[in-house]
Amino acid sequence: MIKDLDISDLRTITEVIKKTHSYDFTNYAMSSLKRRIVRVLENYKISVETLISRLQNQEGFIEEFLTEITVNVTEMFRDPSFWLALKKEVIPSILVNHENFKIWHAGCSSGEEVYSMAILLKEMGILDKVTLFASDIDPVILDRAKKGEYPLKNMELNEKNYIRFDGATSLKDYYTEKDGKAIMDKSLAQAVTFKKHDLVNGPAFTKVDLILCRNVMIYFNQKLQNDVLNKFHSSLFKYGYLAIGSKESLIWCDIVKKFILVNNEEKVYRKIKD
Amino acid sequence: MTRFKLEKKYKAVVIGGSAGSFQGMVKILESIKPDFPLPIITCLHRLKHVRHGFVEALSLKSNKKIIEPYDKESIKPGIVYIAPSNYHMSVELGNTISLSTEEMVNNSRPAIDITLCSSAHVYREKLVGILLSGANKDGGLGMKCISEKGGITVVQDPKDCVIDTMPKAALSMTNIDHVLKLDQIIDFLNELHAVCKN
Repeated sequence: MIKDLDISDLRTITEVIKKTHSYDFTNYAMSSLKRRIVRVLENYKISVETLISRLQNQEGFIEEFLTEITVNVTEMFRDPSFWLALKKEVIPSILVNHENFKIWHAGCSSGEEVYSMAILLKEMGILDKVTLFASDIDPVILDRAKKGEYPLKNMELNEKNYIRFDGATSLKDYYTEKDGKAIMDKSLAQAVTFKKHDLVNGPAFTKVDLILCRNVMIYFNQKLQNDVLNKFHSSLFKYGYLAIGSKESLIWCDIVKKFILVNNEEKVYRKIKD
Repeated sequence: MTRFKLEKKYKAVVIGGSAGSFQGMVKILESIKPDFPLPIITCLHRLKHVRHGFVEALSLKSNKKIIEPYDKESIKPGIVYIAPSNYHMSVELGNTISLSTEEMVNNSRPAIDITLCSSAHVYREKLVGILLSGANKDGGLGMKCISEKGGITVVQDPKDCVIDTMPKAALSMTNIDHVLKLDQIIDFLNELHAVCKN
């Protein structure tokens, strides 16, 4: 981490990526992007010049790079009180008007929250009524989400979260153990469509009733947050919900006026104007 | 009041601490005056799943405004920023806070190295870094960043610490300008207040 990267280096790298590939990192939050790129330089033991040359010329390198610099640290039932709010408030409120509804996990990473949602819906007895979409910019991590196999050592924390969420049984009932891995029950992901989608450059998504995008927009600057929030606005039905991370705020975005904050503690917004 | 030969240039104070630092932090926040002229950006190791109670406990005896900032919140003089549980906290160019859920660093999230290094990058020679008691080496690299950018570095005297691993690690990794007991750290901050006000 002590290795330092100039802002000019950072700009050059993001410009090269933008020119050579279809990804745009120019409006990512600077401090974390810098740490991620320094991490790539250290892991590959290469200079900035070599990195740039590989990004321009080496077949397949951009995919590796993408996996390295996107943050894929997540947990099942992270912030159990949030999942409780979904179970007790948000989903019952959707059910008042819709027997069938749609959920989009935007930036689903390795899928832990997708499986958490499927478990929650299953325990509410409505898994077969709900269509789930899970998207991520990184096809490698999306494949991992689709597979639903996690290191067994992660399951201890996941189980703790699940207990705090007041789950109906034990997480163990939703996976089998094999070769040091927890393999999630295939029936959970049956209703999930996994889709590569870039929040920055991609189009608005299909219309849904609930969007989960927790701790994704913290990696964007305010301009990009505003752009993405516009996309979320057009991808939500009127009175649909948007959940972001507990320490994220959208008060800096213009379009936030078209939402109300229905749960301040868990940062759940509701679209009230088209 | 020129015991530490401080200059008016300083723009921010950043403090790190782990095991054994909480009481010290309470005392610091109790002792500095409400009109302290610089932001105090703080990263203390804490339980990952407990979101509440930390700020409240630190605020009990303090008359300062102490907050766990939101991502992108502006950094203002006189306010104490505490890294929220389970997030790393950085300082961005443009004087805002940014949060992240990246991998743990030194087995910690929030990690002191991340807060200190990002602050050093933004405030450079205008930064005061203080490292308190703790049981691992987190913060050592951060103090090195601060020192390399020309900021001033202070560690709590290992003899004055509940657990001395953290200040000792920093002392072995980089140049530390002052090794001070907690009471002296408070004197140091009061002198900084006097020098930097208005």
